[in-house]
Amino acid sequence: MTSPTVNFDDLQAEALASLAAAGNDAAIEQWRVEWLGRQDGRVTSLLRSVRDQPQERRAAFGAGANALKNALEAALEGRRESLRRAELEALATTAAIDVTYPGRRRPLGRLHPVTQTMRDCLAAFKEMGFRIAEGPEVEWSSYNFDAMRIPEDHPARDMWDTIWVDTLIDGERKMLLRTHTSPNQARVMERTPVPPVRVVVPGKCYRQEATDATHEWMLTQIEGLAVDDGVRMSDLKGTLYEFARRIFGQDRRIIFHHSYFPFVEPGVEIAIDCFICRGAGSGCGTCHGTGWIEILGAGMVHPEILENMGYDSSRYTGFAFGLGVERVALLRWGIEDIRNFYQNDLRFLSQF
Amino acid sequence: MKLSLNWLRELVDVDLPVDELARRITDSVAEVEGWHTIGGEWDPALIRVAEVVAVDPHPNADRLRLATVETGAGRQQVVCGAPNLAVGQKVAFATEGASLIDGHSGEATKLKLRPIRGVESAGMVLSERELGLSEDHEGILVLPADAKVGRPLVEQLGDVVFDLSTWANRADLLGVLGLAREVAALTGKPLREPDRGYSESGRPVEELVSINIGDPDLCRRFTASVIEDVKIGPSPAWMQERLLRHGMRPINNVVDITNYVMLETGQPIHAFDYDLVRGKQIIARRARPGEHLTTLDGIDRELEPDMLVICDAEGPVGLAGIMGGGNSEVSESTRTVLLEIANFKPGSIRRTSMRLKLRSEASLRFEKGIGPETAEYAQRRSLHLFEQIAGGRVASGLIDVFPGRQEPPVITLTTERIERVLGVAIPGEDLQRILAALGFACDVPGRGTYLVRPPYWRPDVAIPDDVIEDVARIYGYDRLPATMLRGSLPPVEPRPVEDLRERLRDLAVSLGYQEVINYSLTEQSKLALVVPGDDDLRSEPLSVVNPVAAQHTWLRTSLRGSMLEAYAANRRHHEGPLRLFEIGVEYLPVEADLPHERPVLCAISGGPREVAHGRHGVPSIDFFDARGDLEVLFEAIGIPLQVKPAEHFALLAGHTADIVTGKRPVGVVAQLHPATASAFDIDEPVFLFELWLEDLVADLPERPAYEPVSRFPDVRQDIAILVDVDLLAGRVLELIRSHRSGGVSLAADIFDDYRGAGLPPGKKSLAIALRYQASDRTLTDEDVGRIQAGLLKRLEKELGATLRGG
Repeated sequence: MTSPTVNFDDLQAEALASLAAAGNDAAIEQWRVEWLGRQDGRVTSLLRSVRDQPQERRAAFGAGANALKNALEAALEGRRESLRRAELEALATTAAIDVTYPGRRRPLGRLHPVTQTMRDCLAAFKEMGFRIAEGPEVEWSSYNFDAMRIPEDHPARDMWDTIWVDTLIDGERKMLLRTHTSPNQARVMERTPVPPVRVVVPGKCYRQEATDATHEWMLTQIEGLAVDDGVRMSDLKGTLYEFARRIFGQDRRIIFHHSYFPFVEPGVEIAIDCFICRGAGSGCGTCHGTGWIEILGAGMVHPEILENMGYDSSRYTGFAFGLGVERVALLRWGIEDIRNFYQNDLRFLSQF
Repeated sequence: MKLSLNWLRELVDVDLPVDELARRITDSVAEVEGWHTIGGEWDPALIRVAEVVAVDPHPNADRLRLATVETGAGRQQVVCGAPNLAVGQKVAFATEGASLIDGHSGEATKLKLRPIRGVESAGMVLSERELGLSEDHEGILVLPADAKVGRPLVEQLGDVVFDLSTWANRADLLGVLGLAREVAALTGKPLREPDRGYSESGRPVEELVSINIGDPDLCRRFTASVIEDVKIGPSPAWMQERLLRHGMRPINNVVDITNYVMLETGQPIHAFDYDLVRGKQIIARRARPGEHLTTLDGIDRELEPDMLVICDAEGPVGLAGIMGGGNSEVSESTRTVLLEIANFKPGSIRRTSMRLKLRSEASLRFEKGIGPETAEYAQRRSLHLFEQIAGGRVASGLIDVFPGRQEPPVITLTTERIERVLGVAIPGEDLQRILAALGFACDVPGRGTYLVRPPYWRPDVAIPDDVIEDVARIYGYDRLPATMLRGSLPPVEPRPVEDLRERLRDLAVSLGYQEVINYSLTEQSKLALVVPGDDDLRSEPLSVVNPVAAQHTWLRTSLRGSMLEAYAANRRHHEGPLRLFEIGVEYLPVEADLPHERPVLCAISGGPREVAHGRHGVPSIDFFDARGDLEVLFEAIGIPLQVKPAEHFALLAGHTADIVTGKRPVGVVAQLHPATASAFDIDEPVFLFELWLEDLVADLPERPAYEPVSRFPDVRQDIAILVDVDLLAGRVLELIRSHRSGGVSLAADIFDDYRGAGLPPGKKSLAIALRYQASDRTLTDEDVGRIQAGLLKRLEKELGATLRGG
């Protein structure tokens, strides 16, 4: 068999030129099969033909063929790498997307702002050991008023304009839409034979009144009640101070104003310092220039109510408060009109 | 209640700035809702008191005159058009640059002097309107004759009027005296009580009138006096001014005295024309059936037998504690006045005034509970004023019928109780000083114990804690520390339904639903669209007597109506998908008891499946979107979802399913009937699911059914089976998923439902992806073959299914 001379340099030049011309993965693969294919790639064939070479040239031929194979393999890897880089380069340049184009949106639901605020308020009280209870919205007049020391002919009834249910049971028991969550003071104590009581009662209440930017006939309240041996008015202050800081900011201050609710004695109204104008006052639409914002009514549970529940009022004392959830939501978000809450307009609701 | 600072200052010194005074009153006494300053704009140098010393005609104008005024700093000539201008008047005189209200435009302006019809004017004599006092611009303001010439008008006439909101148990705060006493206690200044001295120059009052209390349970005290030869006329300017500042219209000196003393002491007073009192006797008694009275407001009122009336010998002349009668009214011709100052049972006054819808300044005070002793105080104060400003002779003696006399309670207060209630000790000297200033008598029989007798004007004080409040509010709540509750915590009441409710809220939100809250009260016509007439519980809802509006009359027995309204309202400005939910209660009537408030989750969805700005061809939300949401929700709470085809009112048949757990329906998922949707103005398919929380909670697992994750690979396999076309896919899946074989579990999903060519008639082909999983070993081909054979046998036996191509 003749042993044609092989010019490895020419071969290498030919192979590299053809590799350089291969512009995509398929062409490169085709080149690899042609030159380095395990079956009959041209370099593979050369290597396979080493033993056919004359004895004296065999070593040199083998070395040349191996060097060619290594060079081509290295070139292949290099070519692949540069193509990969070019592709990545293209992704970042010619195939760049318009990132400002709108995305495919997942549906986003939200809790109603009153629910959110309610949960935040409840969480603040839960941290202070308050349990949660609930009670009926349609309530007996006896719970809503009489048990709360608001007898029928007392002018304190003017404080709660009532929506009455068109039902009279046994000719005397009147049903109403509860005007406040306070009847739950009685309901909770009734099922707690012995204090401690430490509970917050959230729920809807209703008032027969004309609506405006700050009045809505359906509203949400949180009633708070703590009764035990040793509950003091200073504890009411501490509890509401912590609440105010948690909801309205750590640097909040609170003050008590004298007030009157038949079911507490002493009775107070609680105000926080205005976190909008920070006490600067004049012209502030939130605090009306006073520097203080009324947030809730509270007081020490009237001893007569404790006695009616079978508690010894000389030993047990308690505090109670009633908080308007919508009012808190209005304040924390700077909402101008309370009537927004129950119109259920997504343009409003989706902002919270 | 209004409060004039000038009046207050007559009774107590006040040296606090106005805003500070307001703050202290709000903190400790009653809420100051606001105040307005009279004369705040009056520059003391530019607006002063002057006296008109001459009035001459204007040379060039008939309607104008030239007034010469003494200003205290020389005489000046001004041009004036007021018809009431007269020599000797004290007037308000403004010079160049004074801030005024323009008498014609009503706008704030500064006085600029210029010649008027050719005559120079050195200033201006002002009307009430120009001073911002009232709208009166008919003539100039005439000041009291004793006004000092040259005095700044702001000192003569300026005032601050507070608007106060007082409490339902404090009649005493509806009087300037009561408020002054509080301010005195707050500031430590002494209270100057008004003058109650007078001379009794007339006949003995017993000879003039007799008083009889027929119903002492309603009338606790009745005092009467008589003033003869009264000269009816206008009351003095200072009294008129105060009445006006407190929102009352001056009438004549007699009526004005009664109103003035009421404003001062909080005690309502009624003046009769003595000559119109028939039989010269007064009886306080319950009304008789059929009795009528025309009250001072001119309205004829039918009286009811539990209403207390004031009568003379022939019948009612007044509605006790509320309003007098027209038949005995004081008029210009009155010569002798009978002054009634009485005390009535608060609840009775309130009931009567509510029943008659007649609430007066008197009834607002009586209903809050006035101490009966106040009556005598007000008598003496009134008689003093009568003598001062109405002339006449005061009959000697007072008639005083006082069946309701009660000893004041003696309240034992201990320092231990004060600390127990407040959490802070109040020093004994502070306590005694405060109580004394508020008029409480206080004895100290031993260390740490006080025997306290509240003053007669404080009938609201009955128990030690009432006294503690009075002391604490004056002492200052800002001196109360902020402490935290001590002691043990009560047990937690389990609230499974409420806990589930909050989880469902979060889940619905995570599925893309927006929470809404609808009003609890609705219209019956809206309910009728979603509640079938034969649903006895829901078709006869409770209603309210006095709704805020007709569309909020009925307590809703279904959430669906208000949800659909919310959907329709939002559709008007939303093009994208709408997914709304509410968790609220249905108010289901219960015989002779409060309604059952049944918690329900109601979710509504519809529209395109995603927001697609300008991208067309986005598919619409359909039944399986709603159902898919439910599946995820049920998976999250750990209850297997089962649905059964169903038919319900207002829901589209063939597109409606009951949600069942165990044997019980716990909800419904459906497409709303298009006719119902259309009744709510919705013209696209809308889907609804509703879950009934009290039913659902029964099946709620206590904790997730946890299983360790298998360490062995699962085996996946697709099969196709032939079944009858009307076989429900759910039954196939149910069977496969429940199939167990030697601890191997099977998961299955249907990925194709083919009907048509190549299949036997009446059959469909379901392609099912199966996943076999053992917890203890890697499954072999033999295992899978054996399990599949068993499964196919059950499918064939129970559902008539055959392996397609098998």
